[in-house]
Amino acid sequence: MLELITSKLEDAANWGRKFSLFSYPFVTACCGMEFMSVAAPKYDIARFGAEFPRFSPRQSDLLMIVGTITEKQGPALRRVWEQMAEPKWVIAFGVCASTGGFYQNYHAMPGADQVVPVDVYIPGCPPRPEQVLDALIMLQDRVQRGDGHSQIRLKREKIMLAAANAEE
Amino acid sequence: MAQKVVDAVKAKFGDAVVATSSEHGDEVITVKRDKLLAIAAFLKDDPAMSFEVPVFVTAIDLAHWQPLGRRGAPDEGTRPAYDAEASDGLRFEVCYQLRSLKHRHRLRVKVQLKETDTKLPSLTPLWAGFNWQERETFDMYGIRFDGHPDLRRIYLYDEFVGYPLRKDYPKDKRQPLVRRPDLVGDH
Repeated sequence: MLELITSKLEDAANWGRKFSLFSYPFVTACCGMEFMSVAAPKYDIARFGAEFPRFSPRQSDLLMIVGTITEKQGPALRRVWEQMAEPKWVIAFGVCASTGGFYQNYHAMPGADQVVPVDVYIPGCPPRPEQVLDALIMLQDRVQRGDGHSQIRLKREKIMLAAANAEE
Repeated sequence: MAQKVVDAVKAKFGDAVVATSSEHGDEVITVKRDKLLAIAAFLKDDPAMSFEVPVFVTAIDLAHWQPLGRRGAPDEGTRPAYDAEASDGLRFEVCYQLRSLKHRHRLRVKVQLKETDTKLPSLTPLWAGFNWQERETFDMYGIRFDGHPDLRRIYLYDEFVGYPLRKDYPKDKRQPLVRRPDLVGDH
């Protein structure tokens, strides 16, 4: 019975979370233009409850990696992700953030997921705004199901803690 | 138009000018390394030259270079390896582009360097605008500029080993600074 209540409570919380994603745009390259277009009134990401770009990672729970990530940027990106509020989600925006894209050389990171766990990948160079909205809806489904990377990690940590307490 | 400049440099420095050529209307002179500083000072200070704008400095790695007529298939596998003996040990060309706003002429000055000895005098004391570009050339090709005020990497991180724009740097070699701890191991 208690389990039922907590799982329903989690569902309700996830429903709230998926319509109030606070995004932190980590914009490094030309994909930023498409990001602006998505955020602007024509495509209007506000319709999905993600209208508030926060310019501090501590106030956000959705990291949008928009553009090429270089190896030199790796530590900064990792640190931004570590500072974000839990539970948090990550979108790799564009093919460079997803796989490195056409950069196959000494300086480009082969995908931002080398450094932070990514929930949704958006292909395209750059992606159409419709693709971004599609990705956001996919992410919302994921948030509702509770199987984002950080949600799973938090669940796992909770179970481990409970098991450790039971052993004592 | 800059032929006058080439003639003046040749008349003044004679043997120090190794070769001259003209690429799409741009005059190019190749000079000896130990005369570079003197020639550069002449180009900057002489009123008939007055090259006051440092446009760029870069380097060229000639490791796989072949003269135009002998160029084979572009396929990498058939490229001949660098032959130090055949090219007289010369491997790098450092390339300075200069421009004069006063006389509206421009000139490219090149210095050839051996693979084993990639040093040449810095022109930053003459043109402060070459400071960061010489650092970039050092960063990418490992050319050492003597007399540069602050010769260290500019784009890459200090942990980086090697010089990535050299032809013998493997194109898929990566030197990561950080990786996800949860990806290391059997994931």
